[in-house]
Amino acid sequence: MISLTIDGIRVQAEEGETILEAAKKAGIRIPTLCYLEGLSPRGACRICLVEVRNWGGRLVPSCATPVQEGMEVVANSPRLRELRRTILEMIFVERNHICAFCVSNGHCELQDLAMELGMDHVRFPYRWPLLPLDLSHEKYGIDHNRCVLCGRCVRACAEVEGAMTWGFSGRGIFTLVEADLGDPWGKSKTCTGCGKCVQACPTGALFEKGKATSEQVKKPEIIMEVTERRPRA
Amino acid sequence: MRQLRIPVTRIEGHGLITVHLGEDGRVREARFHVTEVRGFERFCLGRTLWEMPALTARICGICPVSHLLCSAKACDAILAVRIPRPAEKLRRLMNLGQIVQSHALSFFHLSSPDLLLGWDADPKVRNVFGVVAFDRKLALDGIRLRAFGQEIIEILGGKRIHPAWAVPGGVNNPLSEEGRDRIAAKLPEALRIAQDALSFYEEHMASWAEEIEHFGKFPSLFMSLVGPDGSWEHYGGRIRFVDAKRRIVADGLDPSRYQEYIGEAVETWSYLKFPYYKPLGYPEGMYRVGPLARLNCCERFGTKLADEALLRFRAVAEGKAVTASFHYHYARLIEILGALEKIQELLSDPEILSRRVRAEAGINELEGVGVHEAPRGTLFHHYWVDETGVIQRVNLIVSTGHNNLAMNRTVAQIAEHWLNGREITEGLLNRLEGGIRAYDPCLSCSVHAVGEMPLKVVLYGPDGEVIAERTRGI
Repeated sequence: MISLTIDGIRVQAEEGETILEAAKKAGIRIPTLCYLEGLSPRGACRICLVEVRNWGGRLVPSCATPVQEGMEVVANSPRLRELRRTILEMIFVERNHICAFCVSNGHCELQDLAMELGMDHVRFPYRWPLLPLDLSHEKYGIDHNRCVLCGRCVRACAEVEGAMTWGFSGRGIFTLVEADLGDPWGKSKTCTGCGKCVQACPTGALFEKGKATSEQVKKPEIIMEVTERRPRA
Repeated sequence: MRQLRIPVTRIEGHGLITVHLGEDGRVREARFHVTEVRGFERFCLGRTLWEMPALTARICGICPVSHLLCSAKACDAILAVRIPRPAEKLRRLMNLGQIVQSHALSFFHLSSPDLLLGWDADPKVRNVFGVVAFDRKLALDGIRLRAFGQEIIEILGGKRIHPAWAVPGGVNNPLSEEGRDRIAAKLPEALRIAQDALSFYEEHMASWAEEIEHFGKFPSLFMSLVGPDGSWEHYGGRIRFVDAKRRIVADGLDPSRYQEYIGEAVETWSYLKFPYYKPLGYPEGMYRVGPLARLNCCERFGTKLADEALLRFRAVAEGKAVTASFHYHYARLIEILGALEKIQELLSDPEILSRRVRAEAGINELEGVGVHEAPRGTLFHHYWVDETGVIQRVNLIVSTGHNNLAMNRTVAQIAEHWLNGREITEGLLNRLEGGIRAYDPCLSCSVHAVGEMPLKVVLYGPDGEVIAERTRGI
């Protein structure tokens, strides 16, 4: 067992566990976005940043940082709150997140985060990029305007379904999640149509066709359930 | 040429009236300008069909329901489905609630200060607070009646403003028994208020004789949907045009082929287009829509109290079309009454509680038109999609737009009658505003624009010099 403190509370954790997992067991809330139970951690969004005091105040993503003996972790502080909010604002200005008519309005992790982190306004100029929408798949659609590039769909497809349909193309803010080698989703030869990517997606970027505004309720927990039921080697 | 510019308040949106005077000091031309632009038709492009009802509902905060329902109808056409009967009844119920709340807002909150306190009353008191001080019961009645309409919307859609309840293929939530009973419990009071307001109007009509005569009284066509038997309609039916003598000019027109009989002209001085009846050309093809037009076009309301009132309404013009736009108020009150009676009918229909409220389908047509009667008049949503349901093109013809030519004519008529000399008197200002207000225009909708509606009047001289200018509420 490894001993560390999170927000001054003594916490015991297993070797190999992440700070986020240790915090969760201790009942300490750390907001996350790209992290999803059942998938490998990626550290892509930086919303779960924590400060390790005895590493000179270094900021690390708690979802992807293993615990170490004697770590003094700050999970909640005014500085972290401000940092998380700033990161969130940058995610918002990067694409076109308009809740009013979004299929996920009211059931969206990004929206929930904005409320949790007190994002009452955005301090950066919006980029308003012109991004495509792909409804070519029989059952599902993808709207890049609402994508936060968390990669949960990519990981769910590769790690749970094993289809490896989704991947990233482009770089930085111009990155797009794409099926196969950039084909329309409906033309994909690898997609099994299982819909795990849709359930894993935290926003309205991936959705079931035919769902109108506010109707898309996601079940990200099925990823964990599926992996838990799976027989281990 | 001299010009007079007047800002308009207590309507929804921004407006400007300019009056142009000739050398002889007489009115040469008067225009009602809509000075905002928004661009919904552009930014819907590239969105999915299923988002359109909630997206276009954002055109307006007063009548989101009108756009929501009309858009859902256009989407139904693209899915090529007939929505389940209970869904249609529920949509009708919501639209009736919308008509009640919007008409109540127009009459009690926006227009009653003019009617009650007089056109020459001090603007400081000629507002809704003045009405409260002058006739507390009337003011409270207005608030209650509007709240009743809003409550229907809330019970059905989950919230009063911008409910995303109507969806392509039907609605996403049925009506509960408890919800029905809540509406039914408040109906008697609403009916009482509607009847009182109608009596108030009929009793006072004689005292507004001069305004009735000059607030846009001229022959024109009238357009609305009517039912298969010619009765009052607000959701389905076909398009009818009648003339000033109430003779049917065209009947049974397919609403989805509106482009064959409605043209849209553009003028450089307004962001609002000028629709006209194509066979008569522009601007002779001027027509009016909304409560006045619906009552002129229909043969009967189909409910007891409203049909009795309709007979009295007809008597005003001796059976011909009522051409005085002032009587939009009259028509609005009759419609409130009739809408309430129709709500009563719907609530007593057991099918209203059915849970079969949605037809599922994919993209089966690449083009669809939705038409229905919004409180202010006939509303058209026309969408084009690609094979997957992504919006390629949008055309919206909004109720206020249809009345654009008539509102301009009204402004000119009022200026001719009340303008004397080079001064913008309070009485003129008020009447110009009141003339526009009779149409209950929603400029935010008409140009799909945003904001409250102050109005500005500028008086221009023969050489274009500004003689006088008055602004209110900007």
